[in-house]
Amino acid sequence: MNGELVIDVRGLTKTFGALKAVDHVDLAVPKGAIYGFLGPNGSGKTTTIRMVCGLLKPNAGEGRVLGFDVVRESARIKERVGYMTQRFSLYEDLSIQENLEFIARLYELDDVDGRVARALDDLGLAARAKSLAGRLSGGWKQRLALAACMIHEPALLLLDEPTAGVDPKARRDFWDQIRRFADEGVTTLVSTHYMDEAVQCDFIAYIAYGKKLLDAPTAEIPKKVGLKAWKMSGPGLARAAEALEASDDVAFTARFGGDLHVVGADAAALARVVQAEAQRIGAHAEPIEAGLEEAFIGLMAQAQDNAVRNGA
Amino acid sequence: MKLPAIKGFSLRRLGAIFFKEFVQMRRDRLTFAMMVAVPVMQLFLFGYAINNDPRHMAAAVEIREDGVFTRSFLAGLKNSTYFDIVAVTTNEEDGERMLRSGRAAFLIVVPEGFERRLVRGERPQVLVAADASDPVAAGGAVNAVAQIAQRALARDLEGPLSRLGPAPAPFDVIVHRRYNPAGITAYNIVPGLLGVILTMTLVMITSIALTRESERGTLEALLATPARPVEVMIGKTTPYILVGAVQVALVVALAMALFRIPFYGSVVLFAGAVTLFIFTNLMLGYLISTLARTQMQAMQMTFFVFLPSILLSGFMFPFRAMPGWAQAIGEALPLTHFLRIVRELMLKGADAADIAGDVWPLALILAVLAALALLRYRRTLD
Repeated sequence: MNGELVIDVRGLTKTFGALKAVDHVDLAVPKGAIYGFLGPNGSGKTTTIRMVCGLLKPNAGEGRVLGFDVVRESARIKERVGYMTQRFSLYEDLSIQENLEFIARLYELDDVDGRVARALDDLGLAARAKSLAGRLSGGWKQRLALAACMIHEPALLLLDEPTAGVDPKARRDFWDQIRRFADEGVTTLVSTHYMDEAVQCDFIAYIAYGKKLLDAPTAEIPKKVGLKAWKMSGPGLARAAEALEASDDVAFTARFGGDLHVVGADAAALARVVQAEAQRIGAHAEPIEAGLEEAFIGLMAQAQDNAVRNGA
Repeated sequence: MKLPAIKGFSLRRLGAIFFKEFVQMRRDRLTFAMMVAVPVMQLFLFGYAINNDPRHMAAAVEIREDGVFTRSFLAGLKNSTYFDIVAVTTNEEDGERMLRSGRAAFLIVVPEGFERRLVRGERPQVLVAADASDPVAAGGAVNAVAQIAQRALARDLEGPLSRLGPAPAPFDVIVHRRYNPAGITAYNIVPGLLGVILTMTLVMITSIALTRESERGTLEALLATPARPVEVMIGKTTPYILVGAVQVALVVALAMALFRIPFYGSVVLFAGAVTLFIFTNLMLGYLISTLARTQMQAMQMTFFVFLPSILLSGFMFPFRAMPGWAQAIGEALPLTHFLRIVRELMLKGADAADIAGDVWPLALILAVLAALALLRYRRTLD
């Protein structure tokens, strides 16, 4: 393996006709890390993940995944990667048990029955093993899908928006599970556009229009984004928010409980407009450290749906 | 349990796909019912409804004068079972109208002075006008008319009139209608139907094999596993061999029980030919599923197989009557060869050497289809 890097690819590029879905993306993911892939819809997250696990052939780029060549050795990579697709991709007309058995046999695992039984126990689905996968609720489907892509104990887990449409409790449970895998040394690359998922990651890469714009340990993200923030509290914040949003010096405002966070790039200009507005409505205003939340909202606000702008 | 011969090929993975496909097939009750119901329905429709030697055709008779010979001739027509005389008229207009309107398929005109001129040996003419807008419908009856006339009057032409009877030909022609002496259409249709049924159901079922997976999103996960194209291809198609076998057993059993279709040939050869044909159809369907993007597209593509298969294979219309280019297309269709094999085996009691000429083209088609399907299978989502 290439040092400690499980994914080490450079210049990955994929075009679909005239559309450059992924444009020279580099990824360096250390072993055991949870690597978050952020970006608006259509920004190229799914395409990148598919290239990493060999489902798509890159037009350009090179590198290694789990020590295997990403272009030429995709068959070897597939054996050691667990890929959870965005859409539920198990067979709805097979039972839970049959689905797990099928996947286990495809990976030519030993002791299929034992593994499936253990997976069912871990899931807490042993009692419902014979019911059809299509009858499960969204949260259960997602847990089953995770169990299915972990059944061959992969070294690398690729999760494409794994918790879209899943309730917050199930989402938290899911992330606890991912964290446990990470502690066991499983590397995870996960795409998301939920902030509460982003904060779970060790690293965050931000991608928009197929280009990686940002890549850093999660703790450093706010500094990299470089936003300044003020917190306002008091009455009449709703109208203040409207007024502030109209200002060129304010990037965006966001409610955090009773408070209003006002975020901008230029510290001096931001201070001026916020203080003026606070004085006008009689609210309290103080500068705060821009956190991950502000950085995240800032990033997402910058680039709206990429698919819309690309016309794809 | 790895086969060392093919690199990376795994019998376990193949088995996993086979088993999964089998379970899904069993669970899809509607499709399963269709696979049994369609053959039975087609067998009944084609077997009972289609007859290329139609009898009891409506005939109108226009008679200017009645007489003993005329009556004998008409009785002869009726007794031949080809004609049912639905109207007798003396009016020229009426007869023409009946033929034009379709109320009668034949118009038989006995001219004035028929009896008298017959006795005088003037060889009067009787006109039989047939509605030949459907040549098949008119054909059998038209061919039979001359003989009917001869036989019907033979009894009346006795004594001094016997000189008017037919002079025997200087030699005898003996015709044997071999393999189907009674000319029963079902003997021709039903064995052929076996091929049609297998083509329709198997090509249709397998044509959605991959498109269904990609539409449901399961193909992405399947492609992300180590499964090889050849394993997917064999694993996804072989469960349907069983379906084909059930259909064959059903159709052959019904054909023999209901239509008394004979079976003179070797059952072993028959089973071998059927297996080869089933494989060919499965490959054809699978190839379509690698070409189509959606299930809908796949279904539409199957019609490009069905139409020539039914029209150009010799199932519906005589193969030898088609122009060269149509025969060339026909030769490229698996059904054409299978039809010949089945008819030769069931009706003619053919042996291996007799059917070899149609077995190797079928095997060749199978090999080409399998190779194309493997080339077309996308191991990536590109």
